[in-house]
Amino acid sequence: MASRFCTESWIREGLPSFFPLPAVRICEWPDHWLRGAQLAGLADAPCKTTEKNAVANNLAIDNAGRESAEARLANALVGFKLRDNAFRLLTQTAAWTVLILLGGVIASLIVGSMPAIRAFGLNFLSTEAWNPVTEKFGAMAPVYGTIVTSLIAMAIAVPVGLGIAIFLTELCPYALRRPIGIAIELLAGIPSIIYGIWGLFVLAPFLQEHVQPGLISAFANVPVLSGLFAGPPYGIGVLTAGVILAIMVLPIVSAISRDVFETVPAVLKESAYAVGCTTWEVVRSVVIPYTSVGIIGGVMLGLGRALGETMAVTFVIGNAHRIAPSLLAPGTTISATIANEFTEAVGDLYTSALIALGLILFVITFFILAISRYLLMRLHQREGL
Amino acid sequence: MIVTFLRTSLAAAISLAAFVPADAVDISGAGATFPYPIYAKWADTYKKETGNGLNYQSIGSGGGIKQIKAKTVTFGASDMPLKPEDLKEAGLIQFPTVTGGDVPVVNLEGIAPGELVLDGPALAKIFLGEIKTWDDPAIKKLNPKAKLPSQAIVVVHRSDGSGTTFIWTDYLSKVSPDWKSKVGANTAVEWPAGIGAKGNEGVANNVLQTKGAIGYVEYAYAKQNKMTFADVINKDGKRVAPDAASFQAAAANADWANAPGFYQILTDQPGAKSWPIAGATFILMHATPEDPAAASEALKFFSWAYEKGGKQAEELDYVPLPGAVVALIKKTWAAQMKGADGKPLLH
Repeated sequence: MASRFCTESWIREGLPSFFPLPAVRICEWPDHWLRGAQLAGLADAPCKTTEKNAVANNLAIDNAGRESAEARLANALVGFKLRDNAFRLLTQTAAWTVLILLGGVIASLIVGSMPAIRAFGLNFLSTEAWNPVTEKFGAMAPVYGTIVTSLIAMAIAVPVGLGIAIFLTELCPYALRRPIGIAIELLAGIPSIIYGIWGLFVLAPFLQEHVQPGLISAFANVPVLSGLFAGPPYGIGVLTAGVILAIMVLPIVSAISRDVFETVPAVLKESAYAVGCTTWEVVRSVVIPYTSVGIIGGVMLGLGRALGETMAVTFVIGNAHRIAPSLLAPGTTISATIANEFTEAVGDLYTSALIALGLILFVITFFILAISRYLLMRLHQREGL
Repeated sequence: MIVTFLRTSLAAAISLAAFVPADAVDISGAGATFPYPIYAKWADTYKKETGNGLNYQSIGSGGGIKQIKAKTVTFGASDMPLKPEDLKEAGLIQFPTVTGGDVPVVNLEGIAPGELVLDGPALAKIFLGEIKTWDDPAIKKLNPKAKLPSQAIVVVHRSDGSGTTFIWTDYLSKVSPDWKSKVGANTAVEWPAGIGAKGNEGVANNVLQTKGAIGYVEYAYAKQNKMTFADVINKDGKRVAPDAASFQAAAANADWANAPGFYQILTDQPGAKSWPIAGATFILMHATPEDPAAASEALKFFSWAYEKGGKQAEELDYVPLPGAVVALIKKTWAAQMKGADGKPLLH
């Protein structure tokens, strides 16, 4: 219909400076080019072949003018086609580059870790020893350290992060929301090495003098906890690394939770308040159930960061290849081990064992991120986005 | 605007391009981080005196060995000497440049630098985790006068692979059969006790922060930061303090002449004044280099460094090699470093 109007307006007001191409040829072009041409004032809206022909026949136009107009439009459209193709090619290349890079990373990790896999097989995962002198390597201590520090981080960051998010969305005076929100997001922008230095010079001595002795004596007579909080207070160790990670992960958890809390329809909350629910009841029974999948997605993203964090952890974990029952004892993580030892790793097996550690970390984080994506996707589906 | 920018960058590129061929004798090297400050200083002075530049990348000893084997650099540098058979296999020659070594540093209340003395077996037991407190009889026996607290010993070691660790563990292996069988010597080992920290500064900071801590750092690092070091009893049973003289004594008393490929680790050397935990840092070059011109320039540079670089080395708290060792090195160059035509590279 639109094209008809368009053409009719030409008939009323006189033809534009050129006449459109015969409809058959115009309509060979995909719609979006034609739309581009239309915007540029070169053609009318896409239309049916027969209509076009009818219009063309109704208007007795001399052939010469018509042909030159055809040529100009054809040129313009070829230009569009070229530009569009180039643009598509460019973006396509960018997309493929990422895939190729990812494939390359996986392939080189696998190739690089082959000597270690061949030498140790699956025992690599269950061996605690890490001995560069006798070239006996096992990933258990770093894998254990990675998982335990991340769990400590999540145990601290998830409740605190959710608390922040609830406060910001439900309770905070409106004027304070933005400043607090921005301050939390700024935490995410601090480079990890700063956290590491702060952890080593401020947090570790503080924990060593004021927190760890208290933990040790407080839990000395509790069966399981006495084992978790045993040994001399070094200040640095698995617990300190977990605390640093918690601070680093906190902004991710709180920012994502805040965003998903804001998706809760006001009507649900208001109904709950209307029947006499307290804020706590609204949060527990309405907000959190409604957004649970999104919260889990955010937690998983935070966990992904905690698993891969290198510098800050290296500073405060103590870098000892041992699995100690105590959380106060030094340990190590996969990324800390690689960062520490790669430069001076002499010998194929040593290097390969480090690359195999990298492969393990890659697989762990890949699964964590895949799960988080999946959960976030389910949330979006439920919202109908 | 853009045109001006393009023109300037083009001009810069041209001038750079013109600069590089004019400086074709740039020597490239890569490896150990420990000697980096002195190599950089020498390179700077050498450039001013001769116009020839040296590009040294401190990527670590392991990297240095890999790079020279791959022939991407004129020389590699390593804190851990390659064994003579490995040298032969790779067609490399090896020579030391400067010496340094490790110093045990402690954090004990009421103990001044040099007040405490330890011997090899005690150090090994501490690092094995067998001596757990400072008032252990083994330490008390060595320090009858010192007021040793009944405090837990916190061992601090390097977490990154390092030549410093190699010297330290090599010394412990020489003085303790237990250490040798349980741990061994390498740039990184499976530490039986303690916490790991990255770099000399990491170890130093952890020792400074943790009461009752003991660690080891490079001599230069300990000296420049005025850390509380401990004296050590050497092979001759004498108590020595870590200073330039005791390091030089260790280098001078070592039997270099009978060490093929200069495979000589300066730990536990004889001599009343020898510091027992010393070590040299080494250069690796191909005996028949692919680029003889660059190799001969490198030899000229090191020859210059032996003759004129000693003072600068001392300023940075490295210990220059004794003259006799330098003479031996030059003899080795003349005998082993050859161009494709079979003629010695350095005349």
